[in-house]
Amino acid sequence: MSEKQSVRSDPNGGKWGDFLSRAGSTFAALGRTIKNAFVKLFSNGQACAGFCIIIFFILLAIFGPMIFPYDVTTNFSMRFLPPSWEHPFGTDEMGRDIFRQLISGTSNVLQIAFYTGLITVAVGTLLGIISGYIGGIVDKVIQGLANIVLTIPSFPVFLMLAALFTIESPIELALALSAWSWAGLCRSVRAQVMSFRERDFIQICAVMRMSKFHIIVKELFPNIISYVLINFIVAVRNAITGSVGIMMLGLAAYDPTNWGSMLERARNIGLVNPKVIPLLLAPLLAIMVFQIGTVLLSNGMDEIMNPRLRVN
Amino acid sequence: MNERPNGTKSAFAAAASAVGRWFAAAAQWVGRFFVRYWFFIKKILIAIVTLACSTIIIFFILRLIPGDVVREYALSIAQRRGISYDAAYEIAVNLLNYDPEAPIFTQFFKYVGGLFQGNLGASMYVDGVTANSLIAQRLPWTLLITSVALIISFLLGTAIGAFMARKRRGVANVLLNGYIVTSGSIPDYLLGLLLVLLFAYTLPIFPAQGNYDISVCTPGFNLPFIGSVLYHACLPILAYVLSQTGSWALMMRGSAIGVLGEDYINAARARGIGNMTINRKYLKRNAMLPLVTSFAVTFAALFGGSTLMESIFNYPGIGLELAQRIGQKDYFVVQGIMFFSSFMVIAINLITDCIYSLIDPRIRETNK
Repeated sequence: MSEKQSVRSDPNGGKWGDFLSRAGSTFAALGRTIKNAFVKLFSNGQACAGFCIIIFFILLAIFGPMIFPYDVTTNFSMRFLPPSWEHPFGTDEMGRDIFRQLISGTSNVLQIAFYTGLITVAVGTLLGIISGYIGGIVDKVIQGLANIVLTIPSFPVFLMLAALFTIESPIELALALSAWSWAGLCRSVRAQVMSFRERDFIQICAVMRMSKFHIIVKELFPNIISYVLINFIVAVRNAITGSVGIMMLGLAAYDPTNWGSMLERARNIGLVNPKVIPLLLAPLLAIMVFQIGTVLLSNGMDEIMNPRLRVN
Repeated sequence: MNERPNGTKSAFAAAASAVGRWFAAAAQWVGRFFVRYWFFIKKILIAIVTLACSTIIIFFILRLIPGDVVREYALSIAQRRGISYDAAYEIAVNLLNYDPEAPIFTQFFKYVGGLFQGNLGASMYVDGVTANSLIAQRLPWTLLITSVALIISFLLGTAIGAFMARKRRGVANVLLNGYIVTSGSIPDYLLGLLLVLLFAYTLPIFPAQGNYDISVCTPGFNLPFIGSVLYHACLPILAYVLSQTGSWALMMRGSAIGVLGEDYINAARARGIGNMTINRKYLKRNAMLPLVTSFAVTFAALFGGSTLMESIFNYPGIGLELAQRIGQKDYFVVQGIMFFSSFMVIAINLITDCIYSLIDPRIRETNK
């Protein structure tokens, strides 16, 4: 026991040991925070269900293609086969398995949505915080910009930007999609920041002459992070609606297994043909389930973070 | 003799002083007008600046799109007529009324000059087709569908929301909650696709596409035409209503729960006013007030049309037209229609803002 104590207070290893113990406690604190977040998440049924659905889709996107590899070779003797054990959703107009197509398209859809959400939230939050906290002329310029973006209808701009980028990588389509969707978030983050700015703890920091950077990063941001997270999920949902829509119109260069392009192919063959129904319904169902997952997760997180909202 | 110049002078002086007084009064009045309505003037100025900026942005985004329109058009002319590329290029420049060599600012000022004359821009490919004529043709169809759907879903949604706020337990509430989550999660165009599949192809009850059937009626003010239009409008309206009602209900529920906590509801109950009257006169009207702003904003957005919904139903609305023109790179028409829809958004927002600040002085104070 005495040995241990002496090791701890050893002047030679002091710095290193101090650093280690600090890092350890930081990690422990981080772990505790994450654990607490998950405990909270699973205490809410809605959030739990939504989280499970989304995790399921992410796992599907990563491991699905390994388990069910997609075979692109066409086989005309197997066109429009009805659902069976071998082909759970049947086959398409070229005799390819729809189930495997769906799985191989998951990764593309999710990547576009994820990057779009990330860029939208990053830009919207950053501009919103700057605009709300710094104020003055900066605020006016940013809000004017957001106003302009909000008045121009977004979907036609998506279409134009989709033509502007030669879209092969999901990141470029994500850039096109998020270029016009940050404005709403920027406005609402600004409103949140402005309400926090008047609170005592921020006022005290300002009186203590802490740097603006410190106040924004260490004081303001932790307070709005839950709001930002919820908006990230909402942005992901909107991105899927938008990207699948563009692909369904066939106005963007695309990955042929993307859910939107599957819908486009089904519509091109013609809905009159009842054999096309599996090709149409499979991606539709996948989009619906994923979107329900995002709605449940964002609603559940909203309830967890703002207990006032709980209706009952 | 002496008096006369004096008299004229005095008359002149009187007149001058009267004019002066009048001017002073006018100046005072103008000054007071400006001070009093400064927030209106400021709003109008901001709206004009916003409109100008959005016009510029639309113009330059369109120019950024790759692909040389004139070159493509010239190639197709050269192929069709069997002439050399250079000759075809000259013909194309003349036909398109668009010179890619001209500096971009000259083009821009030409466009803005046209805007001031109410000329939104002519099609590059078809003679006589202008953005104005396209809007006049297509906008009524879009507005027919979307405004009817908006009104139905607003009324239905507010009724459902108020109901959910009053009765927070029970099976109905759970079912309605499920409906709200589901309708909020399905993109509206996919819902439209499902409806087309169900009610037009699997069960052939409604027509699958178009705005009216030319084989049964002639366009004009007659009964078969109106009947056909309404019959074709059913499915799109149903799709819009199903997808929008949920969000109105959600908003109304939040607002109505807030109102139910107010003292005047309790006071009305204490006075023995019936539940029906409380619901209708005390709860719904007060809870609906904040929703009116979103109603106006949504209405403004209708003027842009909904590209995806219209393409699902193949309905000849403004959104579908816009998407096709973007696909053809018909710059002038696209920027005209975009200008029109952002103009409508800005104008309607401005009007709502002004009405609100006339009704509610608190908003005026905070906006100063």
